[in-house]
Amino acid sequence: MANTDKTQAPPSGGLYGWICARFPLDSLVRDHLSEYYAPKNFNVWYYFGALAIVVLMIQLLTGIFLTMNYKPSAQEAFSSVEYIMRDVQWGWLIRYMHSTGASAFFIVVYLHMFRALMYGSYRAPRELLWILGMVIYLALMAEAFMGYLLPWGNMSFWGAQVIVNLFSTIPVVGDSLVEWIRGDYYISDITLNRFFALHVIALPLILVFLVVAHILALHEVGSNNPDGIEIKKLKNEKGIPLDGIAFHPYYTVKDTFGLGVFLIVFCGIVFFAPTVGGLFLEAPNFDPANPMQTPPHIAPVWYFTPFYAMLRAVPSFAGTQVWGVIVMFSAIALLFFLPWLDKSPVKSIRYKGPITKFMLGVFAVSFVVLAVCGMKPPQGIYPLLARIFTVTYFLFFLLMPWYSRIDSTKTVPSRVTYNVDEH
Amino acid sequence: MIRFAGWVKSRPVLVRAVAVASLACGLASSSVVAAHEGEAYPSAGNDIHNMASLQRGARNFMSYCSGCHSAQYVRYNRIGADLGISDDDLRATLIQDPDTKVAETIRSALPKEDAKRWFGNAPPDLSLIARSRGADYISAFLKGFYLDPSRPNGVNNLVLKGAAMPHVLASLQGVQTAEFKMVPVAMADGSTVKQPEFEKFVLTTKGSMTPEQYDEFVRDTVNFLVYMGEPIQAKRESLGIWVILFLLVFTALAYGTKKEYWKDVK
Repeated sequence: MANTDKTQAPPSGGLYGWICARFPLDSLVRDHLSEYYAPKNFNVWYYFGALAIVVLMIQLLTGIFLTMNYKPSAQEAFSSVEYIMRDVQWGWLIRYMHSTGASAFFIVVYLHMFRALMYGSYRAPRELLWILGMVIYLALMAEAFMGYLLPWGNMSFWGAQVIVNLFSTIPVVGDSLVEWIRGDYYISDITLNRFFALHVIALPLILVFLVVAHILALHEVGSNNPDGIEIKKLKNEKGIPLDGIAFHPYYTVKDTFGLGVFLIVFCGIVFFAPTVGGLFLEAPNFDPANPMQTPPHIAPVWYFTPFYAMLRAVPSFAGTQVWGVIVMFSAIALLFFLPWLDKSPVKSIRYKGPITKFMLGVFAVSFVVLAVCGMKPPQGIYPLLARIFTVTYFLFFLLMPWYSRIDSTKTVPSRVTYNVDEH
Repeated sequence: MIRFAGWVKSRPVLVRAVAVASLACGLASSSVVAAHEGEAYPSAGNDIHNMASLQRGARNFMSYCSGCHSAQYVRYNRIGADLGISDDDLRATLIQDPDTKVAETIRSALPKEDAKRWFGNAPPDLSLIARSRGADYISAFLKGFYLDPSRPNGVNNLVLKGAAMPHVLASLQGVQTAEFKMVPVAMADGSTVKQPEFEKFVLTTKGSMTPEQYDEFVRDTVNFLVYMGEPIQAKRESLGIWVILFLLVFTALAYGTKKEYWKDVK
């Protein structure tokens, strides 16, 4: 809890005391670690927030070392990446950690967001926390998109070409806008340079700032939990929530265990399958960028494919393809409004009714099917699947004000569900 | 018998054949990245842990490929270090130009401009070819040349239709023809059109190698190309085992610590 007992005297004496007399280190540690009380009933879904911070650290650190050897120029970028992979000491490890980290970031963020969907973590008083998280997600997508151009492989080039060209569908200003983004008439050295600047300075700064804001907002309102119960409602005589436990040491040791499991998976990929069969590192990206040769099938990396599938699912209409672009961006924009779309009297899926559970399932299935459709060439069954599941994806949001209101609910207990044997 | 159906009627594009990674973590052991248009090439059957095969592949590459193809990211002494070849042996067996130093990368003897004039296309650099196309694709490509008098250099390739590359390995493999049969293919509008579908190769002129020897030649060469695509691969995997073992111990200890601390939580 942010407003803990400030009257508690900070330690005097020693280096720590010296610092505390000049810097609010002691109260920071207490407010955010040792006296931040989190609900004790977190389940496995609650590892991904901390893991997202870990992945951010991995990306920042490996990114710094990559920058030391990478050359942001169309002439040298591709070669410099191979130089990192072959001649730089441990360069291959740094590069694979960074490329795997990009996908890992999206995996943990998607699971983190789905957790919020399940347990209503976006509901009052956490609307701003949710919106800050959504802005982080947007920044992350921009960061990943720009980073993907940097190896200057053929998929980097054509992927950027396709995505940047989306903006050209905007009426009137589209073409000038695209030219402004690229800084040129095509994806060129100039584009590469500015994407590099944004990828290594602007967006990481924004991301770090937003993550700090996200955590501050979280610690202001307190963590939600699988029961969707506000633990601050019931406190003991010291003002500590009855169902709360100190973040440190309880969740620091628990997250350390989660970190171990995560690193086993992460290192399993880095050391044994860094390309994940073309999913994390696409095969055409081992050819240098070639404006004269389009890869047989252009697809963005997996984490963008659900939205890419929606883009392709919408037919052009009235002589413009802007509708697909609108649908794609709306799919993300709708998430921002979630706190106000959900009218249910309860937060957690545990106490919501069958319609809501069904719709959440529909949403999850839609997202996964769309991801697969976006990876496949638009042939056979995939265009039809993409259209169906684009509709169901939107129905989850657009019907929510209705079904969340009429759906049955169970009575929410006053205390969280906690079974000692399960922890 | 492997069916080559579909290769001929589909676009002659540079299709990658991707091995689907089977991850112990079950994170992404999906088939979503199978080859683009349904093609699956016969397995190249190579093994980057087979040192003898890699050494033979290096010799094959330097004798038959490097005349026209560069491998601009691969240094001779890196090959030497990884494949157990001394600098003297590198100079004696692999490096053909006496002025080339062991720390240099593999450059082709063929000037790019000449290559463009002669073949229409400069031969691609092969450092990363196995990563962008896949071992199975290259293996099928090297076995896929057949006589086609309509082509400027007399041969076509089943895998890469209209390939600019002449069959430089014909002296080893011999010359083969391809037999096609006409099969009806359903079109989008419901009609059927007869299109050629590949049936088999027939060796019409013997080369210096038996088919089995040529298969091994291709397997070794592809193996070396895979090695060149990612020289660290073998070391990466052997190091990875220790990393995972460490993490298992770390995670077990972390789990015990968590259990101990959480005894307080009722």
